[in-house]
Amino acid sequence: MQSRLSSDSHEKGPQPKRRGESTLAVHAGEAHQKVADSITDPIVCASTFTFVNTQAVIDYIEEKQPREEYGRYGNPGEKVVERKLAELEGGEEALLFASGMAAIVGLLMTKLNAGDEVVFFDECYHRSREFCSKHLSRYGVVTRQVKACHYDAMEAAINDRTKLLVSESPTNPHLSIVDLERFAAIGKRRGVETLIDATLATPYNVRPLEYGIDYVLHSATKYLAGHNDLLAGVIIGSSEQMAPVRNLRGIMGAISSAHNIYLLERGLKTFGLRMQQQNANGQAVAEFLARHPRIERVYYPGLESHAYHEVARRTMRGYGGLVTFLVKDADWRATANIVDAATIPRIAPSLGGVESLIEQPLIMSYYECTPEDRRRFGIPDNMIRYSCGIEDADDLIADLEQALQA
Amino acid sequence: MKFRTRAIHVGNERDEQTGAVVPPIHVASTFVQHHAGEWREFDYARSGNPTRKNLEQTLASLESGTAALAFSSGMAATHCVTMLLESGDHIVAGSDIYGGTYRLLHKILNRAGVTVALTPTGDLDGFERAITPQTKLLWLESPGNPLMSITDLKACVAIAKRHGVLTAVDNTFATPVLTRPLELGVDIVMHSATKYLGGHSDALGGAIVVAEKALYDRLYFIQNATGAVLGPFESFLMSRGLKTLELRVREQCRSAQRLAEFLEADSRIQRVLYPGLPSHAGHGIAAQQMGGGFGAMLSFELVGDFEKTKRVVESTKLFQLAVSLGAVESLIEQPAAMSHASYDAADRLSHGIRDELIRISVGLEDFEDLRDDLDQALNA
Repeated sequence: MQSRLSSDSHEKGPQPKRRGESTLAVHAGEAHQKVADSITDPIVCASTFTFVNTQAVIDYIEEKQPREEYGRYGNPGEKVVERKLAELEGGEEALLFASGMAAIVGLLMTKLNAGDEVVFFDECYHRSREFCSKHLSRYGVVTRQVKACHYDAMEAAINDRTKLLVSESPTNPHLSIVDLERFAAIGKRRGVETLIDATLATPYNVRPLEYGIDYVLHSATKYLAGHNDLLAGVIIGSSEQMAPVRNLRGIMGAISSAHNIYLLERGLKTFGLRMQQQNANGQAVAEFLARHPRIERVYYPGLESHAYHEVARRTMRGYGGLVTFLVKDADWRATANIVDAATIPRIAPSLGGVESLIEQPLIMSYYECTPEDRRRFGIPDNMIRYSCGIEDADDLIADLEQALQA
Repeated sequence: MKFRTRAIHVGNERDEQTGAVVPPIHVASTFVQHHAGEWREFDYARSGNPTRKNLEQTLASLESGTAALAFSSGMAATHCVTMLLESGDHIVAGSDIYGGTYRLLHKILNRAGVTVALTPTGDLDGFERAITPQTKLLWLESPGNPLMSITDLKACVAIAKRHGVLTAVDNTFATPVLTRPLELGVDIVMHSATKYLGGHSDALGGAIVVAEKALYDRLYFIQNATGAVLGPFESFLMSRGLKTLELRVREQCRSAQRLAEFLEADSRIQRVLYPGLPSHAGHGIAAQQMGGGFGAMLSFELVGDFEKTKRVVESTKLFQLAVSLGAVESLIEQPAAMSHASYDAADRLSHGIRDELIRISVGLEDFEDLRDDLDQALNA
């Protein structure tokens, strides 16, 4: 049974007004009355699902009876979380994967055939670009990269073999904001599908589908799950466009496990609250750093000084918990000393969880790059990336204050 | 560090062996020793388990205590406290206490020769008069259930100290976000961690937190001897829930306050029982004792009879019809038909529980959605 408040896609007539983010996070996608009258969804660990008789198998194959068959093709808990995420994004269908990378790989491998091309804004997660340039290239797919937010360059890179335009927004770690309307318009005009990795934004802050983007991708490991204790990825799009992706996922098998899915569903319950707090913490930490004499530059879309503040203000409800900054007159060691002196954030990759994390991109993600490449990617030695958790902003700021004296 | 920062970090230190940002879930029932007769920190999981210990450290910090014990349910925690008593001892408890506690005190402890007096905590003189030379324990709940009566914990502690009696507070409704009884001189804080501490309606648990090491040692001895410990998976879920405790409770209080004000101004409602309203008898004490919030539980009486009330609680779409409380999902119930149905009608009335009373547990949904849901259900 569908949730009494969720808008069933088969429903006719005017759609009810969109519920608040917190209401959707708690209830969307869930049945109002669940198995065994339990208030929470069960964790269904089954690898396979039984049929009462042969006719039931035939009914399932002939699509007369929607149900589960084998764990790799779907799980009841997975369906709940997929519906919840689809409703939060305002999309028709969501598809869960074992990780964010599994999600983007699933989409790229569905949509791109030998000879096809994909165009990226270059401030994308380096592993996504690496997958295209090093692995998809082996299947004859061509990857082109243009400078982030250079829309004319992107349009110029499109040819009749181009099948997909890809960007993150905000980008990582520079937090550049894509003008989604413009990005979507290029795709529509040229008949090319568009994908936005909105991991850093989350549907709390922006819903790219509303701007005409075809697919939204999340590393659900980050804000959606929110507790730094599971990996997951999700893509949201129209049912028609997602059908072949679902089909390929069933073959590739990069699915999320039943326990994982439950933790994700549980994490989503506080999604609205966490985002509200992380937006507030991000803004407070960014403002503190912007005033600090030891700081050369702060990248944060909520600051007026940010290159993309205007488009962020126009399209985003909040600016997230990630803050990137440069330390004035600091070499890599002096920068590392600040990272090491911080006592609340843990030194770790990843972001978006309740615990604050800190890292120096030079060391954490770009250590093996040549200095030329790092210059090209815009990763100076004195850059620090800070992912605000939901701790008290006062504690985070006091801790940063003492770390900056290190 | 502030409350919320401690909720996230105390007891959740970086895992030394793997660096994992979230401590691992230790499921081992037993721990391998290096030498016969030389016990390491953990020996057998009933005596201690690293995942449970992490949770206990967080709880101790949040309640401003020195040590905590995690139990398999709130009742197991309460039972552990009562096992401090011996045959011939006496307990004085508030009259507005949880039914399960009432049952334990009257139907189980009586077999061990422990006697009980229930007294309204609003009348402090009467409360003091109930104490006898045999009294060993005061058991208090604030806010009470389902009428949200507020007990002046500081005043009760002063009475207890005069008589050399231990005080225990069931802090389930207030949570340490709003009230930290140990800071007021209370000896033992008890929680049904199933409610706000876990907060997601998906784990049963209980907790005891104390300030004094000697008292902890006595309680630990009982827990270890009787064995109602919290399992590692539930300990993990509780720790995870605690990280958002303050955000959840503050938001739930804000929504509850606005719902109480909405209901109080509505002609379909006779009376709203919520400590955040100036009309509530305990408002003054609650304003001092509850850290800027008044809880997320509220009760109200409809204009209407039993049947009308039943229709209303069955007509909500967001509020789900269930007992329990404290989680992200809003719940609604009719005490006369559900939580207090076992009382006979006259007895219910004498406890102030009328047929038209409705109790709600305000969850995390958006206030406007909750208000609209109640608004439409009240026309049922």
